[in-house]
Order: sequence, then C-alpha cells, then structure tokens
Amino acid sequence: MAMLYDIKMTMDYAFQAPAAGARQILRAMPMVIAGRQRLIAGSIDIDPKPATRADREDFFGNRLTEMAFNEPHSSVVIALKARVEVTGGAAPGSASVDLPTLVRMIEAETDLTARSPLHFLSASRYARPDAAIAQWARSRLRPGQQCGDIVAEFGLALHREMRFDADATTVDTPAAEAFAARHGVCQDFTHIMIIALRSLGIPSGYVSGYLRTLPPPGQERLEGADAMHAWVSAWCGPGVGWVEYDPTNATFAGTDHIVAGYGRDYSDVAPVRGAMRTAGGQTSNQSVDVAPVRE
Amino acid sequence: MILSDYMPLPGVPDELLAPDGSIRPVWAGLIAHLDAMKSDERERAFARGAQYLRDAGVFVRNYGEDKSSRDWPLSPVPVIQPAKEWQALGEGLAERADLLEEIVADLYGENRLVAEGHLPASIVASNPEWLRPLVGVKPASGHFLHFLSFEIGRGPDGGWWVLGDRTQAPSGAGYALENRVASARSYSGFLSGANVERLAGFFRAFRDGLNALRREEGSRAGILTPGPMNETYFEHAYIARYLGMMLLEGNDLTVDDGRLMVRTVSGLQPISVLWRRLDAIWADPLELEPSSHLGTPGLLGAVRSQGVTMINALGAGILESRAFLAFMPRLSEVLHGKPLAVPNIATWWCGGEAERAHVRANAEAMLIGPANSTLLPLEAEPGVVLRGDMSEIGLDLDTWLAAEGRNLVGQELVSLSTTPSWEDGGLKPRPMRIRVFMARTRDGWQLMPGGFARLAASGQDSSAVSISRGGTVADVWIVSDKPVPEDSMLMQSGEVFVRTSPGLLPSRAADNLFWLGRYVERAEGQMRLTRAYMSRLDETPAGGTPLMSALEAHLEEHGLDCSEGVPPQIDKTIAFAVNAANQVRDRFSVDAWASLADLERTVEKMRHTVRPGEDAASAMGVLLRKITGFSGLVHENMYRFSGWRFLTIGRSLERAIAMADLLATFGEWKSPHGGFELCVEVGDSVMTHRRRYSVTASRDTVVDLLALDPLNPRSIAFHVDEIRNQVSLLPGADVNGQLSELSRAVLRVQADLAVHTPQSLDKSKLDELGEALGQLTNIIHAQFLD
Repeated sequence: MAMLYDIKMTMDYAFQAPAAGARQILRAMPMVIAGRQRLIAGSIDIDPKPATRADREDFFGNRLTEMAFNEPHSSVVIALKARVEVTGGAAPGSASVDLPTLVRMIEAETDLTARSPLHFLSASRYARPDAAIAQWARSRLRPGQQCGDIVAEFGLALHREMRFDADATTVDTPAAEAFAARHGVCQDFTHIMIIALRSLGIPSGYVSGYLRTLPPPGQERLEGADAMHAWVSAWCGPGVGWVEYDPTNATFAGTDHIVAGYGRDYSDVAPVRGAMRTAGGQTSNQSVDVAPVRE
Repeated sequence: MILSDYMPLPGVPDELLAPDGSIRPVWAGLIAHLDAMKSDERERAFARGAQYLRDAGVFVRNYGEDKSSRDWPLSPVPVIQPAKEWQALGEGLAERADLLEEIVADLYGENRLVAEGHLPASIVASNPEWLRPLVGVKPASGHFLHFLSFEIGRGPDGGWWVLGDRTQAPSGAGYALENRVASARSYSGFLSGANVERLAGFFRAFRDGLNALRREEGSRAGILTPGPMNETYFEHAYIARYLGMMLLEGNDLTVDDGRLMVRTVSGLQPISVLWRRLDAIWADPLELEPSSHLGTPGLLGAVRSQGVTMINALGAGILESRAFLAFMPRLSEVLHGKPLAVPNIATWWCGGEAERAHVRANAEAMLIGPANSTLLPLEAEPGVVLRGDMSEIGLDLDTWLAAEGRNLVGQELVSLSTTPSWEDGGLKPRPMRIRVFMARTRDGWQLMPGGFARLAASGQDSSAVSISRGGTVADVWIVSDKPVPEDSMLMQSGEVFVRTSPGLLPSRAADNLFWLGRYVERAEGQMRLTRAYMSRLDETPAGGTPLMSALEAHLEEHGLDCSEGVPPQIDKTIAFAVNAANQVRDRFSVDAWASLADLERTVEKMRHTVRPGEDAASAMGVLLRKITGFSGLVHENMYRFSGWRFLTIGRSLERAIAMADLLATFGEWKSPHGGFELCVEVGDSVMTHRRRYSVTASRDTVVDLLALDPLNPRSIAFHVDEIRNQVSLLPGADVNGQLSELSRAVLRVQADLAVHTPQSLDKSKLDELGEALGQLTNIIHAQFLD
C-alpha cells in the first residue's frame, strides 16, 4: 500500500565563537527511486542565507546541497521539508543465489556506474575489515544458504545480540569497538552488518534515511525515528538486485523507510559534512518528524 | 689507482665497467680526475659538498621513536650516463607518459578499458585513489598528468626497466637539484668542462609551462605543500624558492564562487594553477578524507568548475598502484598498437586463474604483495611475501592466493645493475636505481637530464635499495660528447631565475614573519638581560644588592630562571623563532637558515656546560654575536617587500615594548642604585651615551637616549617611527583615501610620544605606551593575518 509522508527535519548549530568562512554539504533530501519512492516536493531553508548555494547530485546519485558562508555567524538553522510517496520496500522479491554463485557473478561485473555492486566490496572509511566481525560472520554461514537469507539472518542476529544505546557510542566510534561491546545506535548496527557481509564477499552499503515517527495503531514505535536513520543495502545477484535490511529494527525496509542517500558507509551520506573555522566549540541539534498524510 | 679494488659482481651489469673490464667512455674523465688527486685532496673536495648540504639544512628524518635526523647520505661519486642513451630513454618514457594519460582519462571518463575487459573492474573499484567525486570531471588544462617521475633500474639484460610510475605528487626533483649543487662544490673546476648537461633548463621549461596554464591575467601558479611536518617539506620550500613560486598550505586557500583564492595581506587573490605536493585524499575535507586539516574545503568544487588546474589532477594517483604494472604491456598494445617502449618490472595480477598459477609456480623468484599498494617493490610494508616465505602471513601459498587473489600481485625480483659508491676511501659496486623526472612543457614531454639515484647499502639484496635502510644517494650526470651550453644559474645558488612580481604575501607567511621578527628580538633582549645579571653576579656580596634583587624579579617576570647559566626560557624563545622560520623556509637564504640553526645548536650545547656568573656572561656574548649574525643576514639580504616589512614591524614592536618595560622598571627616580647604567647597558648604548652626554647616567639622559631620541636605533621613538614608516607602505595603509585603523593607531602612539620630555615620560606613561604598542599587535592580526 502506497504511503504519503510529510517529512520535516531541522538541524541547528550554535557556535561559541562566531564561525567564519564555513562551507558545508548537506545530504538529506529524499531520493527519487523508480518503483519505490517518489519525491513530490522538497525544500531546504538555510538561515542565515549562505553566500553561495548549489544543488547537484554526487557519484552515487544522492542529492546534495553545497553552501558557503562568508560572514561570521553564531548559529545556523537548516530546515528541510519534503513530501514523499512510498510505493514499495526493498525486501528480496524472488529467490536469490547462493554465495559461491554470487562471487562468480561479481567477478564478471564490469559496470562502474553508481549502483554497481563493485563499489561496495572493499574496506571504506567507517567499514574497515575486522577479524572478530569476520569470524562472527563465518560462524553463522551454512552451506548452500541463499544470499537474501544470509542478509536477513545476520540482521536478525545483530538485533538480538546488540543493545541499542543512544549514549554508548559517537559518530567516530569504530564499528569494531561497538561490536566488541555489543552496543550502539543505528549507525553502528549498520556498519557492523556491512563489515560482516563484505567479509563474505556480499556487496553491501549504507542507507541514510527517515523512519515514520509514530507507528500505525497497534504497532510498536520503531527505534531511531527521532533523528535521521540508517540501515543496510546488500546486493544479492543480478536477479534480485539490492535488498535493504534495517538491523536496528530487525526488518527489511518497507513503506516506513524513506531513503535519503546511498553510500559505502556513513562518510558518503552524512547529513552534514564540512567544518567551520571556529575557535570555540559547537553544539548541534537535529529533530525529525515523519508524518503520514493519509494511511 | 682508484679502481684497483673495484670488482663488479659476476653476471650483474655495472655502470662504470663494461663486461670486458674496460672503463665505459663517459666515466673516463671523472676517473682520471679522481685518480689525479691525492687522497686528502679528494677527501677535502668531497667534504665541501657535504658541508654545503649541512649548511643548507638537507637531512633525512628518521621515523619511529627518536624522530631524529641524520646527514643527507650523499655518495660523492655521481652516476654517469651517456646523453644519447638518455635521449632514447626520454623518448620511450614520453610514450609511457602518454599511455598513462590515456588510461587515467579513461578511468575518470568513459571507463571503456574496464567495459571492454582490458582492465579488471575490481582494481579500479577497490582502489582508494579512484576518487569517485571526480569521476566525469575534465581537467581544466585538458590533461591529467603534467609532472611524472619513474623509478627505473637497469636489468640483467642491460636495458632500463620501470619499477614504478609516480603520478600522484612525485618527490625528489628538489633533491636532484641539491645533489647537483653539492657535487658542483665537490667537483669545482672539473664539472664545468665535463660536458655534463645542466638541470636549470628543464625546470624553466616546466615552470613556463605551468604559467602558461593560468586561466586569467593576474592569477598565479603556486605550490601546495602539506606543511613543515611533512618529510619532504624541505624540498617543497627549496623548489618554491628555486622557481620563484608561492609556497602554499591548504589553509592559505579558499574557494570563492568557484574560483580558488589565496588569502594574502592584500586580500583574496586568484590562483589557477597548483603544483601539489599533497596526496589527493587530503586535498578537500568536504568531499574527500573528512579529518584532513591539510586541505581546502571546496577545492573539488573549484576543480569541477575548471577554476584551477592541479598538477597532477586529483585522482591521478590511482596509476601508482602496482596492479597497473601488470596491465601496462597489454594496454600499450590496445591503445598504441605496439609494445611498451620502456618495459616495467614483470607483474602478474593474481585475480586471474592463469596468472595465479604462474605466480604460484614461480613464487621463489617473486615478491607477492597488495595489488593496491603504491609503494615500490621492496619498500618495507606488511603483507608482503618474498621468495615464497609465508611465515608472516600464516597461511599456505595456495590458500592465500585463492582467498585474496584479486587483492594481490606477484612481481619478478630483478637484480639491478651496480654503480660505484664511495665508501671508506674507496669505490665499491652497489645496486642502484634512479628516480627520473618528466615534465609536460609547451614542447611536449621533457625528461630531466639528471635524476636522483639511490644506492643500496653494503650487504643488501641487489633489488633492495632504500635510504631509510642505510643506503646512499647520488647525483646523476648526463654526459654529452660535445660541450653543453653554459646555463650557470643553477651553479650559483638557489635563488636564480625569480621572475614573478613580488606582490603576493600569503597571510600565514606574513604571520610567521611577524612573529619571527618578534621572537628573534625577544631572544636577543633575554640574552642582554641575562648577561647584565650574570656579569654582576660574581661581584655581588652575599645577601645581594637592591639592584640585583630587582633584576632577579624582572628576569623572573620574563620567565628567565637565572639559577642556570643559560636560562631555559632562552632556548624556548629560540625554538619558537625556529618554528616560525621553518614555516616560511622558502623565504630565507641558505646562509640565514644555517645561522639560525647554528644558534639553536649552540644554545643546546651551552645549556649543559655553562655555569652562572662570568662564564654565563661571556656565553651570552657568544650567543648575541650569533643572533645579530642572523638578523644581519636577514636585513641585508631579504627583498624589501611586504614579507620583510612584517618581519621588521615585529622586531620593532618587540624592541619598543621591551624598552618601555625596562625603563619603567630601572629608569625611574626611585629605581635601585645602578639602574640607569643597567638601562644603558641592556640598551646597548654605552658608547652613544658617553659621547652624547659626557656625564654619568641620570634619569633625564637615559630616558632621552632610550625613549625619545629618534636617531638611536635602540630607542622607543626610533622603532615607533620605523613601524609607522613600514605600516604606511603595507597594502591597505589607507582605505579610500583615509588612514586605516592600524595607520591611525600607530600615528597616535607616535604623536603621544613626540610631545613628551624626559620629565613627563614617567612610569605610568611608559606603561601606557607599552600597552598601546601591545594593542598594535591585535590590530595587525585583525587587518592582515586572520
């Protein structure tokens, strides 16, 4: 069933000393994905108004806004509004292939465009190989298992083993450390699962996006709905293509999940990138509201 | 005979001796020259070269625990190559350079080579130097590659082999220059008649090529460096000085509306060509490595809008990966329809079944290592298997190759030719490789007629050649069979063909020069105060005198602990000065730098030996002569433009502030007995005072001479005048016909001082003056340096 959402996301930054010469890139606008979601309208307001602002797409097809400020300013408020129609999820639609078949299929790949699985196999900044995670992945693997099932099983297992703890980790906590302590937030769950799948040769990436804030009547509220959320996309062969699994909530991405961007890990799709030239510290807040326009 | 003990290894080609044992013709002159010298003459000649390198501050930094440095290991005997052979090598490498250009253009363009199966997709997709944000971006100049180096060695068949292509930000060209200057010292009198090709023409052609790439009238070309913490910073500063180009750090640059700008003391100024010595990954924290503090946020935007040409294009470093060597022969056939003109070391990518089998079968004669590695063969790195020794990997070879094949390459171990190295007073054959440099000029690719040779240490594997493992380096002479045109610029000194107008001073450089001026002057003041104390110490009765107690308190206020002969604070102040100077090394002569380094070494040495009292007083005298030597070199030699003005303003400010402080403490009516003489002594004005007043020092004569006399280079008035004068010549001295805030503030100080008499300039007025001078620093920072 198609869902129509109004998304509001606000980020505000306050600086102890006025920041000058700042330049940032925002990646938060929901994507257009054929057969999956449609962006009906979207806007980003920035206060104070940046000296320059440009909107474009990055390598992975994510929409981004680059902005630069010349005048010193002591705060920035970024307000995003979007209306999105979600028509489908990203669960495996048909039977996928087993692991050895998948590896052979990847070897035959020569595509280097945005959605090629080849980008999602190697170590990346936040998803570095880790012996403990690889060992964990190997120990769960059964001969003949289908890749789609591996994804679902790993996600569910992480959901069971890991404790969701909003205060235990920061943006820069290595995934290996979060895994060793078995705690973290959606970013940690996602990176750990990416590392586990890549260690077996399953291409996997990071999805940044939004979750419906309040659940339909009678259902539980999803974890991670009060800020931008993250989950895993994994490639299960040319027939099935990319599937998306949310290990924080132990579910394939459905109509409650709205995609803002795809990347190899967090650094490719961070909602805000770029530093301020500021002497003191800075504080920031993010608030998200995703409300169904109609059920 | 110098060659009597020279025995090349059997079966290995030697550069000096032909297989029949005869001297190759290009070496004959040099060997005869060396033979004609007595051994002590020879050692003296070689010592001249070594001395030059020490003075110039060329050294090797060690890594790991001690972070120490050691002398530049130049073997004084050059490697000699005939010009004809070199020219053929240049033609072959030019073909290779064109091939590399076509490959990288495809990797950031259509990706036809992967799509058509000539390159495996995974060596591109898994390569950290394939910079996705730049895929589809065309370089402003139309070319990705402008300056390359190739690491080459001569194989057993006598031909040259490429061991690695350097496309990212090749280093070493500056070292080739320095080695040449050093060998010119060692072979003075011989070199000029030896038909050795000069290096200057190569650099001039490259520099002219860079300037021709500038986008608009008035925009500049500069060199981008990671800064003084980088191991090759010395070379960046050297090359910048040599070519007369601005040396810039990422922080000096900003992007304004798609254009790259330099922050200078004259505001933002456009720059459109950057020769980068910074690896691409650090170049822009906004789109590449986010933790980088070395880059410029938005630089990729400027590249995307073709506002700047990068030398070489960001992303070109992908070609340095070893895996590409495996495909170069095939790509040459595909793109050029012929085999490589200069082959590279035989390499197999283990992602293919047949290649894996070949590597497995020949592992004893191979190095197997990471396919993405950009290190040259046998540079120390983890995860490398040499001659099939699997002990570090912990797997057997078959399992490893099967599991990791796509990430591995095998490379044939070749033994390299030997060349004579000067060791323990004689010549020894040592394996050698040469880094050669190639520049895209307006007349096409040009190979530097020279290079940077590295020789293995004694006992090393013939293919292991590395300075960090105890090897040496050597100059490379390309010898023509006819006289070469005189191109003597290089032989004189580093500062040769500076042609650019001197207008642009980056704010960071100005900041460092200003503080260099302040720290050097501060150190000098600290030495004078310490000397005044120490010279009185031995005569001071037990229990002290009021003057000595006051002096102790004053010294303490300035952090000077006089229980030690050389107060540690002096060491610190000099370290600050050296640090500031190090950030602007491209702006100093070798002599000025050597003199500052000498000062630092001397203080360090004295700290452990000098005792308080007369010993320390005379030590201070030595240090004062050294530090004024540095000031003299700077003020005599530095071009009188903005940079020199900031240095001068810093020095004058520091001196005026210190003098106001000294007079407020010791030049008062109620200062302890002997205070006036102390002021005159610390103010280095004893002679002047005697001549001008021919009376003993009184408060009036002291304040008149040290505060108000505009002709005494130690007085406050003199330095306030100097500051005013320099400030009026800085950019932005007036704004729309009105004085700038700084100009007004300086004028106010000057006017206030002018109306004083010695009587009216009392302690409270001196304190106010000191504060007003201190305020000027803040205004200078706000106007020019932030």
